[in-house]
Amino acid sequence: MSILSVINLGKAYKQYSNRWARLAEWFIPVSKPRHHLHWVLEGINFSLEPGEALGIVGINGAGKSTLLKMIAGTVQPTTGQIQVRGRLAALLELGMGFHPDFSGRQNALMAAQLLGYSQDEIAQLMPEIEAFAEIGEYIDQPVRVYSSGMQMRLAFSVATAIRPDILVIDEALSVGDAYFQHKSFDRIRQFQNQGSTLLIVSHDKAAIQSICSRAILINSGRLTYEGKPEDVMNYYNALLADKVNHEIEFSQTNAGETQIISGSGEASIVAVRLLDQQGDLIEVFDVGQSAVLQVEVRANKDLPELVLGYAIKDRLGQAIFGTNTHQLKQVLCNVKKDSTFIFDFCFVANLGEGSYSISIALHSDNTHISNNYEWRELAALFSVVNMKHLAFLGSSWIPPTLEIKKII
Amino acid sequence: MELIKSLWNYRGFILGSVKRDFQFKYLNSLLGIGWMVLQPLSMITIYTIIFSQIMQAKFPGSANPLSYSIYLCAGILTWGLFSEITSRAMNTFIENANLLKKINFPRVCLPAIIVLNACLNFGIIFSLFTLFLLISGNFPGLVYISVFPLLLILILLAIGLGITLGVVNIFFRDVSQFYSIFLQFWFWLTPIVYLKSILPAGVQRWIGLNPLEPLIAGFHASLVQQEWPNWSSLIYPAILAIILGAVGMSLFRKHAGDMMDEL
Repeated sequence: MSILSVINLGKAYKQYSNRWARLAEWFIPVSKPRHHLHWVLEGINFSLEPGEALGIVGINGAGKSTLLKMIAGTVQPTTGQIQVRGRLAALLELGMGFHPDFSGRQNALMAAQLLGYSQDEIAQLMPEIEAFAEIGEYIDQPVRVYSSGMQMRLAFSVATAIRPDILVIDEALSVGDAYFQHKSFDRIRQFQNQGSTLLIVSHDKAAIQSICSRAILINSGRLTYEGKPEDVMNYYNALLADKVNHEIEFSQTNAGETQIISGSGEASIVAVRLLDQQGDLIEVFDVGQSAVLQVEVRANKDLPELVLGYAIKDRLGQAIFGTNTHQLKQVLCNVKKDSTFIFDFCFVANLGEGSYSISIALHSDNTHISNNYEWRELAALFSVVNMKHLAFLGSSWIPPTLEIKKII
Repeated sequence: MELIKSLWNYRGFILGSVKRDFQFKYLNSLLGIGWMVLQPLSMITIYTIIFSQIMQAKFPGSANPLSYSIYLCAGILTWGLFSEITSRAMNTFIENANLLKKINFPRVCLPAIIVLNACLNFGIIFSLFTLFLLISGNFPGLVYISVFPLLLILILLAIGLGITLGVVNIFFRDVSQFYSIFLQFWFWLTPIVYLKSILPAGVQRWIGLNPLEPLIAGFHASLVQQEWPNWSSLIYPAILAIILGAVGMSLFRKHAGDMMDEL
């Protein structure tokens, strides 16, 4: 028996050609509709069994949040229906809706009342909410003096005070400090173990692949793909790569990160691709997986010498590994104008879990300081997840063999 | 029925919000609840001085120097209740858009909070007024109870109008601008500050269209003239209250889905 069924769900917003059109539609009886429907979601069908964890993936604006809002009940669907069995809690835009002048305790109380908890339940839960949020004496201070992280802590504690049958989580979860992120993830996993059904929207591929048993891909308002998280992620990557190649070449940047391109332009990078061994585009590697960094380069002038270098950097921008064709002793000499080359760097991703970027430089000598043709930061992004190996720490994978001898 | 049930289920939230709103309004001020009394009191003082002293308006058929003040109080306090409910209910959905977008709860809780809050404020100030009547020896006696059915009709009318305006205001934001202007005209088109008898006969006939006129006249009858109100004149506002309530609820139901898209 499924705990959540979404049947032929669709959402359209009414769009009016001008401000008076709505007035006319309201007050002139038996007139034809003066709006057209703008569909943001159409024909979504899926169902969840108790205890399942479903990841929802899609680019910004694909309709993921609208879908969650409809499931949470704050937005009404235009077509179709949602059947929920049991108590559903939604973590959407945590912390909004707190009243700045009331104390944390009063706001927590109000939020709990809004969630429909009874008076007795609230009295019972308050100490636990306070303890989990760990904001100390601030609980009795007005919320306006809180940091955003503290608001988030309190909001999360209230929303998850009682284990729901279904927990809906929007990506907002990733705010807060690392300590609380772990604490909240632990709680979510605990709920999952106790039988709660999870529904998670995230751009964090690692989170989706480690928590979810199934995923769906929403693309331009439609459910495009459903399956195992890895498959869905691959499909998503292909979709992203497609977008990168045809529409916005070379702007594979995440929100907030700007790609830095500099250089004389005497040679240029035409395309950068990360491929798996089968030659398919890939964005998520397993620890220890073989990969190919493929760079397409064009000479815009006759060049005496052409060197291509790359560096893999971690989330903080620290170089993990870097090399170039000079160090690899394969320097191209006397390159003619308009000739194009493909460089395939095959490597094994002996990296720890996390997200990484690749910077690429085209120059004439050992370093890019002399004759920098083109230098590109964040030329490609990828992340590494641990799917097959035992858990470990750090950004590199150096698997030991272990031998223990008893000597006394 | 479903509506009442959902209100009952969320009574914790509604009562909690009323309490918080009340606290908030007077929490951070030194005089606290004093402001609630001072505001209408200052208004009544101004009108009393201007109309009874400067403009030498005489209250006909009464030698009591307090008559005009009581007349003003009876009108201004009840008008205040009506205008508070309607204008706050009109904006409540927009003001709480954040909450509505985030948490799924019965939306009808919001106007309910407004009504209870306004009634609480009114209850306090009207008790003080009643106390004043008792002390000054102007308490009307048994006739006083006619205030309650009058208040009931007034509140129903206010709820109906408030919810109607609240829903329409989401889609046409002009409504709140328009209504605040309209409210001023409405105040002066209702015999609150002046007596109905000073109006020309032609205007007196038209003023009967104003649903608040028989209600305010009822309060005046009970509290100033100390006689029973003209019950039959209340049929019109009572029926209008029911119609507006029905219109408000059907608008609310019909547009509940679109409402969230516009907030």
